[in-house]
Amino acid sequence: MIKIVGKDALETWVDEVIARMRTYGVQAKGDHFSFESLRRAADLRLDYDVTILPPKKYLQPPRETLLRFSGAVEYESVFDEDPFVIFGIHPYDLEAILQMDAIFEKDQRDEHYLRRRSKAVLVACDVETVSENVFAGCMGTAYLESGFDILITKIDGGDYVVDIQTDAGRSIADSLKSAKDANKKALAARREVWNKNKARLRRHKLEVPLEELPALLEAGYEHPIWEERAQRCYSCGSCNLVCPTCYCFDVRDDVGWDLKHGVRARVWDGCLLAGFAEVAGGHNFRRNRADRYRHRYYRKGKYLPEMIGKTACVGCGRCITACTAKIANPVEVYNALLEEKDDH
Amino acid sequence: MITEEVGERDKCLDIFRPEPATLLRCRQMTRLEKWFQFRLDSGRALGHMPGQFVEVALAGIGEAPISVCSSPTRGDTFELVVRKVGNLTSALHELEPGEKVGIRGPFGSHFPVETEAVKGRNILFICGGIGLVPVRSAIQYVLDNRGDYGRIMILFGAKTPADRLFVEEMAEWQGTEDVTLLETVDRRDAHWTGVEGVITTLIPCIRFDAQETVAIVCGPPIMYRFVILELLERKLLPENIYVSLERRMRCGVGKCGHCQVNGIYVCQDGPVFSFAQVKDVEEAL
Repeated sequence: MIKIVGKDALETWVDEVIARMRTYGVQAKGDHFSFESLRRAADLRLDYDVTILPPKKYLQPPRETLLRFSGAVEYESVFDEDPFVIFGIHPYDLEAILQMDAIFEKDQRDEHYLRRRSKAVLVACDVETVSENVFAGCMGTAYLESGFDILITKIDGGDYVVDIQTDAGRSIADSLKSAKDANKKALAARREVWNKNKARLRRHKLEVPLEELPALLEAGYEHPIWEERAQRCYSCGSCNLVCPTCYCFDVRDDVGWDLKHGVRARVWDGCLLAGFAEVAGGHNFRRNRADRYRHRYYRKGKYLPEMIGKTACVGCGRCITACTAKIANPVEVYNALLEEKDDH
Repeated sequence: MITEEVGERDKCLDIFRPEPATLLRCRQMTRLEKWFQFRLDSGRALGHMPGQFVEVALAGIGEAPISVCSSPTRGDTFELVVRKVGNLTSALHELEPGEKVGIRGPFGSHFPVETEAVKGRNILFICGGIGLVPVRSAIQYVLDNRGDYGRIMILFGAKTPADRLFVEEMAEWQGTEDVTLLETVDRRDAHWTGVEGVITTLIPCIRFDAQETVAIVCGPPIMYRFVILELLERKLLPENIYVSLERRMRCGVGKCGHCQVNGIYVCQDGPVFSFAQVKDVEEAL
């Protein structure tokens, strides 16, 4: 069902959801925006540009208990199956979540991720404010017509089109049933928002057609850009940290004071960090910064696309903003590879 | 958060949950390497093939990927050789028989000894140092199915005589009909009367029909380049040379990203590859 509601009705509904279940939403945080626990609808900022971290943090938490142990081999699996709602996911972040779903489902199912995910209700919203470095328009993620449970779009005139597509969405949208159905005009206005966003979410312009990216990378392995840009890399992993499609992790044990009870947890890791590919005994298979730097762009543009059939950069632009050395812009990297190719 | 009741179904579901195994016997092999024999508490055999690895866990310390060094043809126990290099491996060295570890796996690809690509052919095993550990599993497998293979040649190189592994077993192999075993050490000691030099010095000492021979190579990263070049010069085909790659296989199930070599996950697609599979993979060798 697709409804149209005013701002007040929208807030009333969000407050109802908050009263019922664990709810997260985008809120102001200093000069920036962040997904945080949502206590009242009035705090929800659907007009945000981009959040500091993507909503990934609720689906793959920075630190996540996998197992609890109470002796040498007494392990219990720990699953988080408490339902929750996330309000205000931009389409590019939604696309990143859909990619994570595919990855954690593929071959060996990761029940820790998948069970948590199955209890998440994703309420997306179309972009109102263009952020400093977004290029989702070039990545096919300026808007999505499916993949969310609910999509909220602010249309011309100030009303919101609320598109409820799944059972999970309907389960939290009872009170919207009585709202007006979106008419043709409202749907046309939403289409206009989509078209506008597709055109304007292009702060950086990717010259490479997405389907040609793997082949371009295939040919560009020895390109001087890797060494040149990596020379300025601090190996700080900020690009990994803020990336909605980065999901690599390390596994660690934390043991209690009795040296018997404890947990095995996974924590975010990043392929730009120096020790990422180091093995016991100290040999590091990606010791050079340039190798680690290149690996990131290959993973997003070639390796993961070969695995899941989608470009694993969604154009959020967070890495561009986060990088101290200003070398993390994927568009600059991919365009540079194209220029080199054209020179020949 | 909720904790799952431990049920058989859930055990299979959680790819991160180890199952208990008991240490039956262990023996110090060298200053750094120790041999361990385990049995899964469930009573089932591990179900591995030569070249595969398991994740060994000690609660409170962590997990590490370790190659299985025994053949599945040798009963329902399995054996590991562990070099003491970090927290987990140091703690493993302290274990006494009767104590338990957690095991996940077996994981990864294996030396294809049971396939038509290898059966009926001569096998040339080339191992440097603890590279012998995963390869021993294949050697035992082949010896236990002796009629299925042609000649067996084993080249082993250690840093010093004191670093040699499976010394008694190697003597047995040496005494077996149709098995050629040659050894070298990088640096001899006062007692060593054998060959001195890197492992490639042994390759010219053996004759084989390149069309009818398969090589299984395992050793430190630097060894692969030199050995493979020699083998190619001796006209061995890239698809008949098998290597086992070491990487940081943190999760073992193709998720965590640590063992990735370009587009390949070593824990899933490897650790065993034919040279044909990895020769154009820049980060592999």
